[in-house]
Amino acid sequence: MTDFKLNRRAFLKTAAAGAAGAGALGLPTMASAAGLTIGIVYVGPRDDFGWNQAHAEAAKVLKGVPDVTVVEEENVPETVAVAKSMESMINLDDAKMIFATSFGYYKPFVLDLAGKYGDVQFRHAAPLWTDEDPKNAGSYFGYLDQAHYVDGVAAGLSTTSNRLGFVAAKPIGTVLRNINSFLLGAKKVNPDAEVQVIFTGEWSLPVREAEATNALVNANCDVITCHVDSPKVVIETAEARGVKTCGHNASQAPLAPKGFITGAEYKWSTIYTQYAADLAAGKTLPNFIGAGFDKDFVQNTPYGAGASAEAIAAADAARAEVKAGKPIFTGPILKQDGSVLVGAGASLDNYDPMLDRTDFLIEGVIGSIT
Amino acid sequence: MGDEGTLATVLLAMFAGAIRVSTPFLFVSLGECLTEKAGRINLGLEGTLVFGAMTGYALSLHTGSPWLGVLAAGLVGCVFGAIHGYLCKLPKVNDIAIGIALMLFGTGAAFFFGKPYIQPQAARLPSIPLGGWSDNPAVQQALEINPLFIIGFFLAVAMWWAFRNTRWGLVVRTTGDSTPAAVALGIDVDRVRLLATTVGGFFAGVGGSFLSLSYPGSWSEGLSSGQGLMAVALVIFARWNPLACFGAAILFGAAGALGPALQSVGISEGYHFFNAAPYILTLAILVVAVSPKRALRGAPSELSITK
Amino acid sequence: MAELTQAGPQVRTELADRARRSSEYVLVPAVAVLVSAILFSVFLLFLGKSPAQFVELLWKGGFGSWFSLQNTLVRASPFMLTALCVAIPARLGMVVIGGEGALIMGGFGAAVIAIPMVSWAPAPVILAAMAMAGMLAGGIWIGIVGAVRHYRGVNETISSLLLFYIAVSVLNFFVEGVLRDPSDPNKPSTMPIGRENMIGPMPATDVHWGLAAGIVVCVLLYFLMNRTTFGFAARVTGGNLRAAQAQGLPVGRLVMVSCFIGGAAAGLAGFFEVAAIHGKANASLIAGYGFTGILVSFLARHNPLVIIPIAIFLGGIDASGGLIQRRMDLPDATVLVLQGLMFVVLLASETFYGRYSFFRKSEGT
Repeated sequence: MTDFKLNRRAFLKTAAAGAAGAGALGLPTMASAAGLTIGIVYVGPRDDFGWNQAHAEAAKVLKGVPDVTVVEEENVPETVAVAKSMESMINLDDAKMIFATSFGYYKPFVLDLAGKYGDVQFRHAAPLWTDEDPKNAGSYFGYLDQAHYVDGVAAGLSTTSNRLGFVAAKPIGTVLRNINSFLLGAKKVNPDAEVQVIFTGEWSLPVREAEATNALVNANCDVITCHVDSPKVVIETAEARGVKTCGHNASQAPLAPKGFITGAEYKWSTIYTQYAADLAAGKTLPNFIGAGFDKDFVQNTPYGAGASAEAIAAADAARAEVKAGKPIFTGPILKQDGSVLVGAGASLDNYDPMLDRTDFLIEGVIGSIT
Repeated sequence: MGDEGTLATVLLAMFAGAIRVSTPFLFVSLGECLTEKAGRINLGLEGTLVFGAMTGYALSLHTGSPWLGVLAAGLVGCVFGAIHGYLCKLPKVNDIAIGIALMLFGTGAAFFFGKPYIQPQAARLPSIPLGGWSDNPAVQQALEINPLFIIGFFLAVAMWWAFRNTRWGLVVRTTGDSTPAAVALGIDVDRVRLLATTVGGFFAGVGGSFLSLSYPGSWSEGLSSGQGLMAVALVIFARWNPLACFGAAILFGAAGALGPALQSVGISEGYHFFNAAPYILTLAILVVAVSPKRALRGAPSELSITK
Repeated sequence: MAELTQAGPQVRTELADRARRSSEYVLVPAVAVLVSAILFSVFLLFLGKSPAQFVELLWKGGFGSWFSLQNTLVRASPFMLTALCVAIPARLGMVVIGGEGALIMGGFGAAVIAIPMVSWAPAPVILAAMAMAGMLAGGIWIGIVGAVRHYRGVNETISSLLLFYIAVSVLNFFVEGVLRDPSDPNKPSTMPIGRENMIGPMPATDVHWGLAAGIVVCVLLYFLMNRTTFGFAARVTGGNLRAAQAQGLPVGRLVMVSCFIGGAAAGLAGFFEVAAIHGKANASLIAGYGFTGILVSFLARHNPLVIIPIAIFLGGIDASGGLIQRRMDLPDATVLVLQGLMFVVLLASETFYGRYSFFRKSEGT
């Protein structure tokens, strides 16, 4: 551990010297990638066993690109602090590229800085960039609801009570979309399935997450999944209660040796590796990349002991279909309030921008947003 | 599900929650009760709780024994308590302020040293299944009682008895009620307070280890949402009575289970307020129960918080 | 300086006396900072890190350049205002730790009052209304603390903490519910007040006007607490409650007004978060500024003037924290450890005030 740290520090030093040299020579950093310093900002601790860790581990690939230095900062709140952290990377570390990995960083902080520092490239992990935004900004994102949909298919065939439990952090667009897709997956194979959701109100609140899991199991849910920052507590609690689980964000398979079915995981490494290759080749990074199974941006955790052969077969088939572009949102689908989301015979494309603005739950989800 | 079924589900969940969630509140409030009975207030128990949770988890991971983790958490709690007790012995040093500082320090140090322990799975405390008689899995789960809860209960009874019936109890109470009287009796006031704070720290550390080793049973930086601070409030409305601390902790645990339980039966509008129920309830009880007209019954009069 | 040399010997002695007395208030904390620096250095050495590099980066990231200094000042401004939420009630002997709740309510109140106004009112009117609403909301929030303390005897430390948790649920309830801006599904927020209505930076800087407001309010409250009958009455009450009651001071009103003023200061910080940073109210208001304010106020010994430099110092630690993480490969919690250590040592150093006769005797006597 210590050796590693010393090495890394020595590496940083030489790399920083290299960056300074490049700057002095006035080399256009984007054109050649020589001496490029990349700054990455995380909203929580880098080893949270969840969202931030998934980014941090995938982003390690950038450190392997020749002449690229990576500087990282963790636990940066979505306030003026993130603007100043990014600016500090630009001013003090000579960073020419910034990866901002939390939703709330984009507006106004990334947008403002992109306007202020035209020679720095900004990329943000959410599908928020549009043509009207600065050209040196951009977005990258994996559509995890596709993986939650496949989870739902496996879960729908694993439940005997037809009740699935979902522990959710906050009622925001991506979370609601994952819940909806999870139910649609379950309904595809089990029309009687319903999803009971409990919002904890915070991204990380272990005691309440455990309480929510217990409450769902008590309410007769026999498959539990979640969308919180660190799903460890939810999966462990559900396993202790003897129900099955689907994971989120990273592989939780080892936490539930008996009941783990599968899980929805981002595959940020695909994106960061692609970025790394582009940088090594001296290419400018694209402004927007977003995909699901089709470009290997999301994946399902390898099946655990809780997955039956039937569930595995159905989930594999569903994944292949989605990968080939078959829509998840196929009518008729009603919203919770009874209004029509998708009419009978119609469907929404898996990348329909309307789904990026999900502010509703669909019929069959029990629990309200407010 | 009928209305009666719904009500039963919520009540059962609150009962189960009371047992599951209350233990850290119980231990911290007993520790705080002892400290305050001796005339000091230690707001730093939040930091002790968090550091105890981290230490307990780490020890359990390295040794494979969760009980060693509990012991280690108690011992680091002693260290924090002793620091508080020693510093507050110095003239002009404010016990509330030192508590806030130690809370910051304890939490920061726990986060710092706890990084490698977020991901691994440590051995957890076993629980005692007392619900075998029921065939309802929710009841069975509710009666999966953690040994620390039982220990906490007996500790509360023992403290209650000891305050009334032992010489030590008398010494602590006298110290907390009147420094001059205690000095006249030949009591070394500073030493009693130092010891009371140290032992109080031990309890708080054990309470922290419950969070990481039993329920929810994992170490992370968001583990405590102010349990250590809330325990201070519990002691006040428990009127410095260890048995009432037990009741207050139970009530608080039940209130904490209310939000998720209501959502699980489909009552979810306004869940933010249900989730805040423990805090709203505590404030309401304090406003109703406390009165400025008379001194609080059972309040140690040397306590800065009641002056 | 010229005055000093021309003055008579008696005046000179008096001045020297005063200098001696006040030097105690500089020397004791200075030694405490030194001690905590040594302790923290030992901690770093134990981890195999260089304390010298830490200090160098602290300077570079917090103060060493115009950019770093501005970074520090931006972070310092909410600390000043939230510290006042601790400092003003502290003069009456109260320990209020819920300034974060007042900041949240202040920011929320400011954002809410702007919603119906953005369509018709000019920016200065909107901002004035927002500032008033923010101060009022924050003031009432901590005013409640004072009221339950006075009328019901509820301990203010605990009630203010409880009200922080309640403020969080109030904010989330409305921001994720009826007041939610439908155009932004991924960050539940109130309707934006609009770029044109936001407060810009002070001339020639990147620092918003909250810094100027923080300094002005600190100075104003210093005069209120030290140069007016209100401040005098407050200090008498803080020194000896029974004596104050015996003198017929309106203790209840003093308690509630002090709490209101403190809460209003924190509410003003919330207003600046909304009006200068976010442009709307959302969960980002809960950033812990109120809790850092506690640290600032205690380190400043609840003196509003001393709060200014202490807030800047802690802003500097905050500002350089990122650079330290990046260059020294230390986790973010390092800064928390440093702050906690410094806090403990500085508070413990209070015991040395008045202990050494050096600070009391003048040369002549």
